[in-house]
Order: sequence, then C-alpha cells, then structure tokens
Amino acid sequence: MAATKKSSAGTSAKSAGRSRGAAKTAAPAIAEFDKDQELHAYREMLLIRRFEEKAGQLYGMGLIGGFCHLYIGQEAVVVGLQIAKKDGDQMITGYRDHGHMLAMDLDPKGVMAELTGRRGGLSKGKGGSMHMFSKEKHFYGGHGIVGAQVSLGTGIGFANKYRENGNVAMAFFGDGASNQGQVYESFNMAELWKLPVIYVIENNKYGMGTSVARASANTDLSQRGSSFGIQGEQVDGMDVRAVAAAGEKALEWCRSGKGPYILEMITYRYRGHSMSDPAKYRSKDEVQKMRTEHDPIEQVRARLIEKKWATEDELKAIDKDVRAVVAEAAEFAQTDPEPDPSELYTDILL
Amino acid sequence: MPIDILMPALSPTMEEGKLAKWLKAEGDTVSAGDVIAEIETDKATMEVEAVDEGTLGKILVPEGTDAVKVNEKIAILLGEGEDASAIDAAASAPAPAVAPAPAAESPAAAAPVPAAPAASKPADDPEIPAGTAMKSSTVREALRDAMAEEMRRDPDVFVMGEEVAEYQGAYKITQGLLDEFSAKRVIDTPITEHGFAGLGVGAAMAGLKPIVEFMTFNFAMQAIDQIINSAAKTLYMSGGQMGAPIVFRGPNGAAARVGAQHSQDYASWYAHVPGLKVIQPYSAADAKGLLKAAIRDPNPVIFLENEILYGHSFEIPDMDDFVLPIGKAKVEREGTDVTLVSWGIGMTYTMKAVDELAGMGISAEVINLRTIRPLDIDTVIASVQKTGRIVTIEEAFPMCSVSSEIACQVQEKAFDYLDAPVLRVTGKDVPMPYAANLEKLALPNVQEVIDAVKAVTYTA
Repeated sequence: MAATKKSSAGTSAKSAGRSRGAAKTAAPAIAEFDKDQELHAYREMLLIRRFEEKAGQLYGMGLIGGFCHLYIGQEAVVVGLQIAKKDGDQMITGYRDHGHMLAMDLDPKGVMAELTGRRGGLSKGKGGSMHMFSKEKHFYGGHGIVGAQVSLGTGIGFANKYRENGNVAMAFFGDGASNQGQVYESFNMAELWKLPVIYVIENNKYGMGTSVARASANTDLSQRGSSFGIQGEQVDGMDVRAVAAAGEKALEWCRSGKGPYILEMITYRYRGHSMSDPAKYRSKDEVQKMRTEHDPIEQVRARLIEKKWATEDELKAIDKDVRAVVAEAAEFAQTDPEPDPSELYTDILL
Repeated sequence: MPIDILMPALSPTMEEGKLAKWLKAEGDTVSAGDVIAEIETDKATMEVEAVDEGTLGKILVPEGTDAVKVNEKIAILLGEGEDASAIDAAASAPAPAVAPAPAAESPAAAAPVPAAPAASKPADDPEIPAGTAMKSSTVREALRDAMAEEMRRDPDVFVMGEEVAEYQGAYKITQGLLDEFSAKRVIDTPITEHGFAGLGVGAAMAGLKPIVEFMTFNFAMQAIDQIINSAAKTLYMSGGQMGAPIVFRGPNGAAARVGAQHSQDYASWYAHVPGLKVIQPYSAADAKGLLKAAIRDPNPVIFLENEILYGHSFEIPDMDDFVLPIGKAKVEREGTDVTLVSWGIGMTYTMKAVDELAGMGISAEVINLRTIRPLDIDTVIASVQKTGRIVTIEEAFPMCSVSSEIACQVQEKAFDYLDAPVLRVTGKDVPMPYAANLEKLALPNVQEVIDAVKAVTYTA
C-alpha cells in the first residue's frame, strides 16, 4: 500500500504489529471453519456485498439521497463477529452501518426502504442511511457523529454490568474516529469500571480521504488503549475466520469480567468514503490489489471449492438467492409510499 | 492592637454559617496556620486557620451558634504584650467595612404608600391538595430527597457525575445517597463530561434511567453533542423505537463572583432543541416535584438548577409522593395590572418587585414557568388577556433568550390584548465580569423589574 507505512491488510496479524507493552497480545490462531460455518459466512457476506451494490445503484438513480456509506470490502469484520457473538450481545456503530444491520438480522427490506426514505423503512423513513436501530435485535444504531457511538457503546456495556446480564457490547468505529477525544474518555471509564465492551476499530486505511499515517501519530491502533491497560490486538479483518477467532477470545475476556478489549480489524473499503467521494487519494492499483488478493468473500469461496464443500453451481445458487432477497428489498424500497405527512410531528417525545 | 477574627466566607455563595466548634480556648497561644475552629456551611464542614499569631483573647461567638454572618467578629486575638484590657476597646469598635453581599438588593427609592395598596394575591398551587401539611425545606434538600425517593422506587435509576458519591456532591446535592444506595448506583466519574454524558445516554438507550449530574452546566458544553445529537434526536431517528430516559441536572447560570466561564444560563440553548424537555425550578417544591417527574419521564430532560437557590428555604408539601406535571406553569401571585413571567432565579427579583409594586398601587400577576420546554404559553396568554401587559424576567443573555420566545408567541397569540410592548428584563449582553460592581450591573435587579413595569403601565 503506497499511502501508508502500515502493513497491508491481509498480511498476518503477527507481522503487522510491533509488540509494544503489556497490552499487546498475540492474535489467536485462525480458527478453521466447518462447512456450515463457511457457507454461512459466504452467504452473509455476499448478502451485504450485493445489498450495498444495489444501494449504490439506487443512489445513482437518485432514489437514495444524502449521505450513503457503503461497506463493500469490509464484510468479514461484522460477519466474523456476528458468528462469534452470543444472543444478547449488542452492536453499535457509526454511519457505515448497513452491513451491521444485515448481520444483526434486520430485515433487508426495512433497511433498503429506510435508505429510500419510505414508511416501511426501519425508522419509518425518518432516520436514513446512518440512523437505524432495533432493540429487539440488539442493534443500537447507526450514529452520524464520528466517535459518539464509542461513548454510547460504553454505556451499553455499563448497563450490561449494572444488570449482570452477561452480555457484551461491541462498539465499532473507524480509524478516523480513533482520534476523537471521547474514545479515550470511554476507554478510561471502561477499564476503570471493568465494563464488558469490545472496541472494534475497523481500520480501512482512510478516514474519508486522509490515510492513517497522515492522521495518527502511532498507526498501531490496537495499542490505543495501552495507557489504560486495555488489551488490544490487530486482526486480519479480511479473513472472516481470523475475525471470528479474535472475537471469541475478546468476548470471553469481557464476559469473564476482565473489562474491555480492543480489536483492530485491518480491512479495506473498495468504494469511496461516501457516494460522492472519487477516492483520488489512493491508486486504482491499490484497490485492485486488495480486490484480487484479499477479498473476504473470494477467500471463503476458494476454500469452499478447494475442500469440495460446494460446487460452482451450488455457489451460484446461493448468489441467486441473495440477489433475489436484494431485488425484493429494492423493489419494496421503490414502491413503498413515503411517510404520511402526519409523521412529521410524531416520535419527538414519548 | 488586638486583631479581630472574622467569620470567613468559605464558598462563592456563602452568606452565613454555623460556628460548630472552637478548637482553641481563651488564653491559648495561636500560631499562624493553626486550626482554631470548625464552621459548617450548608455544603460542608470547613476548618478555620489562624492567619496571625497571638493569644486567643476572647471568643465572641460561642460554638454551636447558627447563622453567623460572613464577616461578623467571632473572636479577638491579642498580640504580644497585650492583655484582656485591650479587648473591651476592640469589641466595641465597629466591624470594618466589607464588600457588599452580592445577593443583597434594595429598591433605589422608597415608593409612597397609596391609601389602598393593590396587593397581588398569593395563589394556591392547584397541584397540592387542599389541607396538605407543609414543612420547610431548602432547594438542596428537596433535590436530594427527590432523587432518593425515585431511587427507592426504581432500581434502574442511578446517579453519576463528578464528586457525587464519596465527596457527597460538589454542592452537597447527593448527600447521603452513597450510604443508602451503594457505589453501584451512586457513581463517581472521572472529570470527563463528554465521555460520561455519552455513557449515560448509551445506558439509557439500553433501558436504565441515569441521572447525570454536571458539576455545573458550564461543563456540559463539553458534552453537548451527546445531549443534542444522541439523547434528543434518537427517538425520532429510530421512528419511535429507541429513546433515552435520562436526566441531566446541575447548577446553571451565575453563582457569585466566578467569572464568565462559570456564569451562564443555558435555558434557551436546550429549549431550542426538539426532543428535549427543559425544566428550571425556582422553589423547593418546584425542585422536588419536577425532579421526580423528570426522573420518571421517558424522555431526556435538562434540569437547570441554580447554586444561589440551593440554600434557600421554602414551604414544601409534606407528602409521600409529591410529583409536579412537566410543562405546567404556576401562577404564584394573582394580579390585574401586569403579568410578570419568570422562572428559576429570575423569580427572586420578581417576587421582591411584586411587593414594591403593590405599594405603588400596581397589582402584578406572577407566573413561575417551572418548565421552559414544553412552554406553557397558554397560562401566559390567559394572564396577558387579563392584564394587557407583560414583562419577562431572567438572568440569561437577551439575544435569542427564552424571553424573546415568549415575546414572540405573545404577539402572535394575544396581539389585540396588548396595551404596551412586551418588555424583557435580562442579564446584560456581556460575558459575566468578575468585579463585584460590574457583576451586579450585569445581572438584572429589582429596580429594573419595577422600571419595566412602570414603562408598560405608563406610570411615572
């Protein structure tokens, strides 16, 4: 990667980070998935990929407005953690949130209809791309202010501990948000009070157009908790098995009362920061290299074929199913009516 | 020459205290730095150290004396070679001139008393059942009792903030809560407003009911993004699925002599934002009944207290569960000639002015807003329809103030009833100065209220 001094995504986590201080822990060995897990991961990641491609298309048609941040390239991060988590564990993230919603089993029709601002959207069309929530599915949003979800997620962890419910909150944020002050205020309280929170830093190399190396004095973001004594590690965020293994370890750490944990997921977004970003701050070669050599979905696909756990035809059938789900969501999102004007004044106060 | 030992001021707002204990007796030798006495303020017990050395000649205020005014002579220190004969002369000398007490306010001119004063009539509070026994309570005690009662009632309620637990509250509002509710529910935070405000909102989204204390609302500026963007807007952005039942509370507005960064009233800032409720209590009953309501409310509530009012005592209903409705103003005095609308500490000027005005033959109706958002404009309009004149009184800056909003709504809704322009008595449009005289000028005063009433009633 020309733009950063960092190790590139897809290299092993062991070579990616310099060991520094007691807070550094080695990434666990990559867990081998069984056939069902590989097929599950393949389908889930493919759903996010196809959904986001469709969202990009609808945006181009003017059906989605405002900001729209696509998750393409980063699918393994949220799917790996979804595989690792237990029922009741919560997720909260920033504005690049469509993938998290789909992984947390929110209805694709509701997500897409929210993107198009329709009454069947998960927030009745009043939230938009960055603001969807489901208490029932333990998904706490979709937050548009960079870094705010880190304090909020810490509060969800606080509530878990207060209620002694054994759940763990996962607060996702990017390399850009990792420079916000409230992240460190949150780290301090989380470690001080041993809150069950995993801080998942999705390091996709660029905070909008600024590379990590141009924004961060220390580019090893897994060590951002070291002054608080928070354990952290870098994980190959393009390999869903590595993510799941690291997630399981971190979840166990939090669940056993040891306090928070930091997972820096080394990942990559193929698209621009948002739909209006031409991404001129990086080369086409850099993107192409990631797509061809480290694509999270292709990695699973290759293993499925190699191990003869699926034929090309079977994988095509999965793709067809996923495309049908996405097509149905897109169709609903275009035909569902806009919110009733009376909705303007509802949901302001309870 | 014997040295007078004076009752010290131990906080920016202290006006008097209790001389709890003498640690030196008459005849004892005292060195500079020796602890000679303990003084209890309404916030804390403080030790008084000797500034000069000598012999404690005479104790003028015995231990156990309540309500000793700041700067009152409490003892006399004899220097080397002096004996008791010097004491009589010293004790009879007048106390040295002291700076004027910041809260003291007196009318500039005594008004002639008319033959038949048009007194305003104290109004009953319709929220208090007739015949309810009343008891005296400070605003401080009322706030503490409100939290304690709600914490007993609902295990999901907890309080967090700087110094709320072991220190018993920077202003002693949370006194005793740690003992009763343990460190699980009374939580000392690091000095990290942005972080703990966000943490509180997250906990509220997850279903708990946090009371987040800001040591003052000036510090909430560091946290305002979480209050506005996370607490206030999430219910709407989620289509009604996820709200934040949280109370942000603490002292707001000017205390005394603490300068510009610690002296600002944020009522209009928060009142601007849909998705918040904003309460600014005046009396102990307001504080108790509305804080209990705020804690039970499923929405984010901004509860703006005032440090100077903390020590003020009021009659409060002696009831098991006294809860006031949010969004309902209280008519404090019934009158016919002019409507005075105020809230929070603005009410102190207003109530003093009303008595002066009565002496001048002007019958003022006083509305204590209690809640800023939702604004009970109906009560204001009904009064203006009766009086035809309105003056608003608050300590905040005038630009885009709550007063501005009231003035706008009154002309929209009662234009034809107005016999005079709507006037505002506010803090001046300047950062709060430190110097005592300038600070006094920057704040509203009773005479300004009287002058405004004279202007709208066209009386000389």
